[in-house]
Amino acid sequence: MPYLGSEDVVKELKKALCNPHIQADRLRYRNVIQRVIRMPGVQEYIQQPILNGLRDKASYVRRVAVLGCAKMHNLHGDSEVDGALVNELYSLLRDQDPIVVVNCLRSLEEILKQEGGIVINKPIAHHLLNRMSKLDQWGQAEVLNFLLRYQPRSEEELFDILNLLDSFLKSGSPGVVMGATKLFLILAKKFPHVQTDVLVRVKGPLLAACSSESRELCFVALCHVRQILHSLPGHFSSHYKKFFCSYSEPHYIKLQKVEVLCELVNDENVQQVLEELRGYCTDVSADFAQAAIFAIGSIARTYTDQCVQILTELLGLRQEHITTVVVQTFRDLVWLCPQCTEAVCQALPGCEENIQDSEGKQALIWLLGVHGERIPNAPYVLEDFVENVKSETFPAVKMELLTALLRLFLSRPAECQDMLGRLLYYCIEEEKDMAVRDRGLFYYRLLLVGIDEVKRILCSPKSDPTLGLLEDPAERPVNSWASDFNTLVPVYGKSRWATISKCHGAERCGPELPKTSSFAASGPLIPEENKERVQEVPDSGTLMLVPNLQLTADYFEKTWLSLKVAHQQVLPWQGEFHPDTLQMALQVVNIQTIAMSRAGARPWKAYLSAQDDTGCLFLTELLWKPENSEMQISVKQNETRTETLKSFISVLETVIGTIEEIKS
Amino acid sequence: MISQFFILSSKGDPLIYKDFRGDSGGRDVAELFYRKLTGLPGDESPVVMVTTGGRRHHEGRHFIHIRHSGLYLVVTTSENVSPFGLLELLSRLATLLGDYCGSLGEGTISRNVALVYELLDEVLDYGYVQTTSTEMLRNFIQTEAVVSKPFSLFDLSSVGLFGAETQQSKVAPSSAASRPVLSSRSDQSQKNEVFLDVVERLSVLIASNGSLLKVDVQGEIRLKSFLPSGSVRREVSLFPGYGPGIRVDEVSFHSFVNLDEFESHRILRLQPPQGELTVMRYQLSDDLPSPLPFRLFPSVQWDRGSGRSTLEPKPRSLNVRLHLPLPRGVISLSQELSSPEQKAELAEGALRWDLPRVQGGSQLSGLFQMDVPRPPGPPSHGLSTSAPPLGLGPASLSFELPRHTCSGLQVRFLRLAFRPCGNANPHKWVRHLSHSDAYVIRI
Repeated sequence: MPYLGSEDVVKELKKALCNPHIQADRLRYRNVIQRVIRMPGVQEYIQQPILNGLRDKASYVRRVAVLGCAKMHNLHGDSEVDGALVNELYSLLRDQDPIVVVNCLRSLEEILKQEGGIVINKPIAHHLLNRMSKLDQWGQAEVLNFLLRYQPRSEEELFDILNLLDSFLKSGSPGVVMGATKLFLILAKKFPHVQTDVLVRVKGPLLAACSSESRELCFVALCHVRQILHSLPGHFSSHYKKFFCSYSEPHYIKLQKVEVLCELVNDENVQQVLEELRGYCTDVSADFAQAAIFAIGSIARTYTDQCVQILTELLGLRQEHITTVVVQTFRDLVWLCPQCTEAVCQALPGCEENIQDSEGKQALIWLLGVHGERIPNAPYVLEDFVENVKSETFPAVKMELLTALLRLFLSRPAECQDMLGRLLYYCIEEEKDMAVRDRGLFYYRLLLVGIDEVKRILCSPKSDPTLGLLEDPAERPVNSWASDFNTLVPVYGKSRWATISKCHGAERCGPELPKTSSFAASGPLIPEENKERVQEVPDSGTLMLVPNLQLTADYFEKTWLSLKVAHQQVLPWQGEFHPDTLQMALQVVNIQTIAMSRAGARPWKAYLSAQDDTGCLFLTELLWKPENSEMQISVKQNETRTETLKSFISVLETVIGTIEEIKS
Repeated sequence: MISQFFILSSKGDPLIYKDFRGDSGGRDVAELFYRKLTGLPGDESPVVMVTTGGRRHHEGRHFIHIRHSGLYLVVTTSENVSPFGLLELLSRLATLLGDYCGSLGEGTISRNVALVYELLDEVLDYGYVQTTSTEMLRNFIQTEAVVSKPFSLFDLSSVGLFGAETQQSKVAPSSAASRPVLSSRSDQSQKNEVFLDVVERLSVLIASNGSLLKVDVQGEIRLKSFLPSGSVRREVSLFPGYGPGIRVDEVSFHSFVNLDEFESHRILRLQPPQGELTVMRYQLSDDLPSPLPFRLFPSVQWDRGSGRSTLEPKPRSLNVRLHLPLPRGVISLSQELSSPEQKAELAEGALRWDLPRVQGGSQLSGLFQMDVPRPPGPPSHGLSTSAPPLGLGPASLSFELPRHTCSGLQVRFLRLAFRPCGNANPHKWVRHLSHSDAYVIRI
């Protein structure tokens, strides 16, 4: 590879660039310009050959030269944009050769990156639209992508453009079809019926891609099908058979297909889809079988009876990997669809013999605890777990067992009292895991308070998840993902994409970070949870402190002297003192520091001010006397309102208390 | 915008590596890709992967790849590109490399490294696609392909895969189509040939009671042209015969195809470039005009753990294989097969019954006996002995059916408007083939 050149190569290249005849040979010209990308120190030599190349008679040379402009620009680094060159490239958009036109777009996009890329105005847009048919599929896809940033002026123009683009929805190339679809979706963002119409038309090509011979294309198409289903749940329902898995497909495609099947299920196809999914549940691949069971579980939220029946039958197979997942599905289902509790409770007895893993055990124990009063043998099953608790390896299972047994004790005390005692004894005396031990201690002390208190705490009304289910039909409008269509976002999934792009972003603005947040370098001053607590206080009361209160020191002094102390209090304060920390924390709750002594001064003083939304001012003096280990707070108020004063004091107390906690 | 392109062998050795933009790390990115690919958890898709952590200059780089003929063709990019476009480009590159090197494979690529780099130089510049048309590329490609074995028409050992017969009732060796498209420059003696393949992939799902749950046919008409280009005007007319009762859905044509006479006379006209081209794609669902090529009559008895299955293929078929997953723990197998050519064995928890050649209209039967360990657990909870234990079936068949299309679509006539220039008339080969994508019979 002659790239990343040695001295000789650079010299040779310079010689070639100086040679006026290189353009005579198109291939040599191409070779020279292509190699230019990573050659430092040839900048001054390439300008002329590239400018000459732009005006060459041979289209092949022009193609190379146009992209050469972008290379030249990137090679110069942060050099300024050459206006004349940009104009020349804009005029080359009218070139006869279609590849030169597309290369011009690409080149301008790179050169003008700082300014947001190439501008597509009306004449350019219409020129490109008219040239579309002359381009090959790659050019078409590229131009469709550039046209995304054009905004038609009128509705009439918009529909003219859509008519022009219509034929590209029928193209043989999936890239062009998807590019055109995206353009339709974006341009017609105010016309939902046009969007739906386009999505109906793209169904055929997408389904063809889903059963394509190329696994990779198939996968990407499936991801996009899922994206469409999020907005139009019934869109592919009549084509459900296309998403049946076949034996030879790779795992990742099967998983996607199962997801799609879950989402397109409706009254007409639910029978067939469930039958198909049930077939997968006994697949030789345990992973795939489990995915299929979870899929049935998610369909069960709508078609509960059929699914619970299938799941119950699966328990009859007495296979470990199946039983554990079925029980987990039951747990989620009982929570979301309480009407199936009866059926689930009848199915549960006997399955404890086929569960070995932590997740499955937790689910089973949870079910036995919460609905134990309906399962006759629940105490005996839990007793087995209690007997074997010593050999239990997962702490999470022990935690679950503690809670479940306590719950069951409330409904069936006679059968559970003895083993609850044994379990608590074991957890407190012998258990090595601190979390389990603490949980045991907690329940023990709770029981000491009295059974009514335990009932009040463990059986208090829960949030009702069924309501959440009702308001979450996932009806996201097409416009929320139209800009992600035909990109990598649906392929990665939205959440993964967010983390990926966050990584990118962090890297990009990395060097600037220290400037904007100088204190962040020394670690967060207030841990997340504390911060939340602090902010909660003003919200819960009637007190609302206004942010960014601007008070001059003079005004503060005048007001301070004119008012009487409304409240005085002493808080304990041990050990060292960090004024910066305090100031930061106070700022979080919108209390401004007007003045304070330098760190280390004894006694230490600070003056604070805050104002609530009604205009009431709170002026505060903090006085720290290290010899007494206490902090004296004096608050003055310009309007006498005891309610708000109380809230303000409690805010202040919380902040100071928090700081003290962190410190110690 | 593509940053890098590379080709890895099936074992992860880099065969081709090209950096288009110089904005990314060196060749170790290929190694990184292979490490990521092999270390991927089973439920994640390898098609598109992103690099995170590790070396800084690899951060946030997306790998998009296809697997083709055992090779990995990979591009990397740092932008949020169109996945459809890139995958299409990769498969087009695979076809192109196949056209130029004869066939795509580890051997052909490593023998033709110079040619591949030359091609890449022309196809992509600074990470942007310039052209992929064979016609335009042939003007710039100087290197000749190195072919491992000289092609001989009389090499009869290779007769057969498709076994297509032409008007002259000659037999086209299956390797005839896998030679470089452009080698005619040096070797004038080679024939002008056009191969037209109608290939259908069949996916079928049959319920245990024999009713048809799903039929899906994906069809393609592919044209591979070895005609010399340049001075000669070439026009190919196809007459895909749609008889009454033959219908296809979701037809899409290549943009080169002239459809003026399609509606009236079912004629497709095109001027094919050299190399391979997919003329037409179609799908057919649910209603097949012809009966299914295979019927399987399974009968399973559980008292002794034996199963008899009877296979009834309609047309002549090749390389038939029945794959039947078996319950866990099956150890022994005894078999009674109807002909010595057949073979049945246990592999990876499944029964494999191979039938290299099957006559049309025949009925074949096999009797298999297996010992299945009783499912654990006390019998009171257990299943009754007649119920099938978990893990049997569904049976899947794989096969090739030469000279048969399930949709009934056939190319009736292939006419070349071709002015012979000293050479003999070009040979035309029309081949039809159906093969199984997934042919599943529930038991």
